[in-house]
Amino acid sequence: MASKVIQALYNDDDVLMSAVKRVKAERHHIEEIYTPFPVHGLDKVMGLAPTRIAITSFIYGCIGLTVAITMMNFIMIQDWPQNIGGKPSFSYLENMPAFVPVMFELTVFFAAHLMVITFYLRSKLWPFKEAENPDVRTTDDHFLMEVALSGNEDELKALLVETGAVELKITEKH
Amino acid sequence: MYTFSNRLRTAAFVLMIVGALGLAYGFFAAPSTEAEALAMVADAHHGDDHGDAHEAGAAMEHGDAHAEEAHAEAAHGEQAHGEEAHAEDHGSSHGEHVLHQLQNKPWAALYVSAFFFMMISLGVLAFYAIQRASQAGWSPVLFRVMEGITAYLVPGALILFVILALSGLHMNHLFVWMDPEVVAHDELIQGKAGYLNVPFFLIRALIYIGGWGAYKYFSTKFSRAQDTASDDSNFIKNFRISAAFLVFFLVSESMMSWDWIMSFDPHWFSTLFGWYVFASMFVSGITVIALITIYLKSKGYLDFVNDSHLHDLAKFMFGVSIFWTYLWFSQFMLIWYSNIPEEVTYFVTRIEDYKLPFFGMLAMNFIFPLLVLMNSDYKRLNWFVVMAGIVILFGHYIDIFNMVMPATVGDQWFIGIPEISGILFFAGLFIFVVFNALTKAPLLAKRNPFIEESKHFHY
Repeated sequence: MASKVIQALYNDDDVLMSAVKRVKAERHHIEEIYTPFPVHGLDKVMGLAPTRIAITSFIYGCIGLTVAITMMNFIMIQDWPQNIGGKPSFSYLENMPAFVPVMFELTVFFAAHLMVITFYLRSKLWPFKEAENPDVRTTDDHFLMEVALSGNEDELKALLVETGAVELKITEKH
Repeated sequence: MYTFSNRLRTAAFVLMIVGALGLAYGFFAAPSTEAEALAMVADAHHGDDHGDAHEAGAAMEHGDAHAEEAHAEAAHGEQAHGEEAHAEDHGSSHGEHVLHQLQNKPWAALYVSAFFFMMISLGVLAFYAIQRASQAGWSPVLFRVMEGITAYLVPGALILFVILALSGLHMNHLFVWMDPEVVAHDELIQGKAGYLNVPFFLIRALIYIGGWGAYKYFSTKFSRAQDTASDDSNFIKNFRISAAFLVFFLVSESMMSWDWIMSFDPHWFSTLFGWYVFASMFVSGITVIALITIYLKSKGYLDFVNDSHLHDLAKFMFGVSIFWTYLWFSQFMLIWYSNIPEEVTYFVTRIEDYKLPFFGMLAMNFIFPLLVLMNSDYKRLNWFVVMAGIVILFGHYIDIFNMVMPATVGDQWFIGIPEISGILFFAGLFIFVVFNALTKAPLLAKRNPFIEESKHFHY
């Protein structure tokens, strides 16, 4: 029975928000919510942990900066310190202003791209991934809340109808 | 309504008195003869290796040109102007040079501080006009704080004007191009005399100050009239004059930076200089808005200001600090990279004689705010914003110091009594004028169409 869920459909995000508060207050476990667009504040109401993706991005940026410095220090200063147009190639610091554009761009490049890839990995998104959409209307104008069902079917149904659900479905959790 | 606390008023007066005494001491201690100047320099450099370097450098320098004037950077050496005229009085030229630098010290200290505090309120005025013109929904609760800070603009700019006028009357050697003796031997300055001449210079200054003062006057007037109005006409008028002011501001600020800062080095020019000075004043202005808001809120006067307003101000401090760095680096790197002698001397003198302030300000204005204000949670902590704000303000004082000092006092710089006193005096005056102005109107603007949105602003 634990794998059964009840799916409640709403057609307004404000109604959804108050429904989430109500269901949380009644101590039911919300499995998942599907919305066609970002609903501001939904994560707070659901009690989701804040994302740490900005922290990963900062770390990736630091890695990018290190890559840029190591690369240019090796190529321009250590490996073959040529005199190119009179630029001082005696030490990294002396020639640093010329390297700053590359350092900046690589920092941004690493921070942005690795963060995006992290996002894809964490949210399990890739090309040819099979869509996990319980109801096709949730990409258009409906909001769907999935609540775990554990033998309290009628009580939960009544609660959801009371919160303004326009349709209820009971299905196996996929 | 805000009431100016007696303790703060006393503190402002103490700052002003201490600062004025220190500045007076600075003028008193400046040498009046070449012999005194040389003795001071010999004392100062006695026993450190810098002494040798300086003497060697000076000897090399007055081999060519610059002996005639205090601007006298190695910067101007290769221009070779007046070379023949001054080659013979070799012995006394070093003394004259050092004398002018030392005599400039209290003047330059006064000027840097006067400009710094004027620039803060000008930056706030620009920020205020942008908030008005962009119809920002978050900031109207801060309008009265901004109006209070911009009250310093006109007195501050007039003090600066008096200093400029005194320079024009040859009371000091701050501006080399004001000295007819120098201009007579300097073809480069002669070529710029159509722009750089004292009457036109002072008239321009009055036009800038008049334009800024007029906007400040009318925007505050309309803002207060809106409190008791029955329609939004004052708000709309304010919107229009703010948009018009921003156009005027961009032109006048750019020219102001050429006149009041860049003309210290009349042989040098940079095209993005106006923007660079603007970034400095903008970030200092925003920082002061944040600091005064935090102060007033801590005293319980700004209950309608919440963490999100502070967060937005801190984001501006962060973003504009990086914008400043971008412009600083763009100016530095382009000149460093191409290394054209007539341009690069500007940075050569700064890196040789001002290494610590020149690179120290980069740490204070860029690295520190970058690391401290990056975290979203920290931008909501008052003490974090205050700490970052104080460092940013000091960093931008050093920034102005680096722009003015090398051309006026050269390698004789020191952050000593006249410099610190200048900061104290103008800080006291600034606090007095600003907090006095804050008592003049309720701290929450009423009937502003965005005020409800702003009160409930939440990020």
